[in-house]
Amino acid sequence: MVGVPSRHKSLVLLAGVILLQVLLLAVQIKRDSQGRLIRVWTVGAVSPFERAGSYGFGWFRDVWRHYFALRNTTIDNEQLRRENEALKLQIAQLQGKAAEADRLAVLLNFRKNHGDVPMVGARVIGTSAGSASQTIQLDRGERDGIRRDMGVITPDGVVGKIVEAYPNTSQVLLLTDKESAVGAMLADSRIQSPVGGAGEPLLTMKYVPNDDTVNLGERVITSGLDRIFPRDLPVGTIAVIKPGNPFKEIRIKPAANLERLEEVLVLLTLHPLEMKKDAEPSSPQPAVPPASNPSPVVR
Amino acid sequence: MYDAYEIRGGETHIEVHKFRAGAIIIATLLALVIQAWFPLHLTRAAILDLPLLVTIYFGLSRRNPSTGLLLGMAIGLLQDSLSGPTVPLGLYGIAKTIIGYLASSIGARLDTEHPLARFALTAGFFVVHQGVIVLTRRILLGQPEPWFNLHLAAGALVNAVVAVFLFLLLDRLRKPL
Repeated sequence: MVGVPSRHKSLVLLAGVILLQVLLLAVQIKRDSQGRLIRVWTVGAVSPFERAGSYGFGWFRDVWRHYFALRNTTIDNEQLRRENEALKLQIAQLQGKAAEADRLAVLLNFRKNHGDVPMVGARVIGTSAGSASQTIQLDRGERDGIRRDMGVITPDGVVGKIVEAYPNTSQVLLLTDKESAVGAMLADSRIQSPVGGAGEPLLTMKYVPNDDTVNLGERVITSGLDRIFPRDLPVGTIAVIKPGNPFKEIRIKPAANLERLEEVLVLLTLHPLEMKKDAEPSSPQPAVPPASNPSPVVR
Repeated sequence: MYDAYEIRGGETHIEVHKFRAGAIIIATLLALVIQAWFPLHLTRAAILDLPLLVTIYFGLSRRNPSTGLLLGMAIGLLQDSLSGPTVPLGLYGIAKTIIGYLASSIGARLDTEHPLARFALTAGFFVVHQGVIVLTRRILLGQPEPWFNLHLAAGALVNAVVAVFLFLLLDRLRKPL
């Protein structure tokens, strides 16, 4: 043997021969549960290296991915950010459409409950240009049957009346305007008194004597005496009561959310109307007008 | 064939013996045949391990570890082959390889011509041989074999006694110096 001292040749030969025979034995011996011994040994000898290699490769791969291979991360990040913003916008749009569908469903339901009252749905497309007046602009006008002094409501309550009707649009004077007024009465005591605007979010109820009993939170409804709104439509609730001279100073919180109107109903009549007593807002129903319809018509 | 020659180490000199042509082969085959045949007629003769004795004898005489271990391997593998399917190839082969190596190594350093030395060495080699077999069985085959029992002691004694006479017989196969 080349390179092996002669005195060690026999030892090397001994080791080789024994190893050879041990392998020969291993090939023949078969353990009950683990198969042939040579297979057990081979797996036992190789598996630690495989495991170490696997861990090492996994570690190297993780390090490479997390620390070195970040070349496209900025681009990906930017793209994901744009996608995220687009998705947020889409979600906002969908949420808006869902809210609109709910509102339209409420309008439709209200219309069904008052089938004998002619009315048309309209979308609010603008507000007054200045703070001197409290008006809104609707997307429906004379071509839809709208005329001056027609009442405008929502399922929640009275909104105001039409002050101008154009061919395709119309203008509504809100209850909160100083020039606005509606015939009203207290729902419990049936005390009648006009309710008008003061240019503020709260309405004013005039001409209630100090001797009359008025409670905070009491509902105020239309009396029908103005010949614009039918009886029993919600106007608002008593928010402030102060003794005055000679009448109480009563402030009313409007039933309709006049600051955030989007869709309204215009009562298509100039004659006195009778509304059903159950004019409570109903839960939304699935019968929703198509979203592509630019204006909800519940005629 | 080479003639016998001497190894000189310090003050002592040890003879390395050569044998007649075919003597090792014939003696080995004969030992294997007798080992396979004799216990059929005398059950107690199974305690003898004639291939082991032949391995020891030629290892001690030739005094060349490489030759000794190769001869031991060959004899052991042949014995494995003749031992039936329950004995895997290599069981006796490993044991006799080690014995062949040890016998050759010791034979190169000690004078093993004296009957007492042969008796003691054979008894010792028998124990080592059985130890290697038990170790192999325990580790590789998973067979629980006792390390020591009376059978082992009796086997060592019997084989050592037989070896004294057998070796004298085998000495006749040597080439004269």
